[in-house]
Amino acid sequence: MQDLEQLIPLLAKGTAVTVEIAACAIVLAVVMACLANILRTVPWRAARWVGNVYVEVFRGTSLLVQLFWFFFVLPLPPFNLALTPFTVAIVGLGLHYGAYGSEILRGALRSVPHGQYEAALALNMSAAMRMRRIILPQAMINALPPATNLMIELVKGTSLVSLITLSDLTFRARQLDEATLQTAKIFALTLIIYFVLAQCVVALMRRVELRFSHGIARTASR
Amino acid sequence: MSTFFDFHYAAHMLPALARASLYTIGITLVGFAIALVLGLALALMRRSSIALLSRTTGFVVEFIRSTPLLIQVYVIFYVGPLYGLDVSALTAGTIGIAVHYACYVSEVYRAGLNCVARGQWEAASALSLSRWRTYSGVILPQAIRQVIPALGNYLVAMFKDTPVLSAITVVELMQQAKNIGSETFRYLEPITMTGAFFLVISLTFAAGVRHLERRLRLP
Repeated sequence: MQDLEQLIPLLAKGTAVTVEIAACAIVLAVVMACLANILRTVPWRAARWVGNVYVEVFRGTSLLVQLFWFFFVLPLPPFNLALTPFTVAIVGLGLHYGAYGSEILRGALRSVPHGQYEAALALNMSAAMRMRRIILPQAMINALPPATNLMIELVKGTSLVSLITLSDLTFRARQLDEATLQTAKIFALTLIIYFVLAQCVVALMRRVELRFSHGIARTASR
Repeated sequence: MSTFFDFHYAAHMLPALARASLYTIGITLVGFAIALVLGLALALMRRSSIALLSRTTGFVVEFIRSTPLLIQVYVIFYVGPLYGLDVSALTAGTIGIAVHYACYVSEVYRAGLNCVARGQWEAASALSLSRWRTYSGVILPQAIRQVIPALGNYLVAMFKDTPVLSAITVVELMQQAKNIGSETFRYLEPITMTGAFFLVISLTFAAGVRHLERRLRLP
């Protein structure tokens, strides 16, 4: 029990890094998902092409390969762009999961019946207002459950940043394992911490879902 | 060495990467075969009428699904030997990735089983088919046909997760690329090529799955 007290503070430090990376990456992923959808719907072919290539490339290759590419290739010539491991982690995770998120968002936007677009158009709403007041609130109901799953995937994905020398939870666990040789205990604790983090995401998103589906459910039952 | 992308160098390492990619595909296929069988077992266990068994299975599946593959692989590779499970990195990696995806696959099977119409169960029981005959002859063929696209997606996802195994020294595509890169200190070509390999192979897998899906579609 005594060594458990020594392990927990160190693992907690790692958990803080993991949570920080996950939170920043989720924000970037949401931005990228929206951006990719905007790019893929604008009337210029080049922009649509860029959006499609982004989504296909980041969905088609492995997250670890992308992280290594940002980490090992960018600092060397011809790019000479040295990013800190922390930036690499956020950019890598954000771009990777943003590509997956864009597909979720696209599916959700498509699930809104076409009559809704037409009705909003008939009411002379501007494009921004149409999106904000009519389309997005309905699309969100379909987008949120898969988005929750994707966020859990992202939280799990943060464990890979330990391989690019960032001292997240996994990195700390490996370090402690080598220092104390209490392998089983440390990894069990680490797994439990990740599980709890995932459950927190689920609980948080359930509240968000409830808020979005509130008005809709009431009108549907009326 | 001022060229942007040294094609000569890239061609030089192509054979090594191709070999590593075969290795990676091998891990994926063996792991997926295990995952398909184990996943079905987990799905059936979760449907069991014994509450303790179904609850426990449910929790285990949920736990494995929401914790990272990397740590699970570490557990098998580093904690396993303490309890007598002394396996090579390759075996540990394959088991790890297979068990991880078995849990995802079991959820897919579960969705498929839930989609089979109630009348099918009733008809099977009216014909007094045994439990085994009900599942193997009536329910599973209908359930699995429906979930093949979802299973295929997990095959592709599994292939893209194999680089995680490089963390326990399995020499798959990513590790091979890093080894090549560390010999020459040029990482642009090996890692970019690895990305290209992954893109091409996962697109091929996806096309194969679409083909299978069309072949198996009911008229």
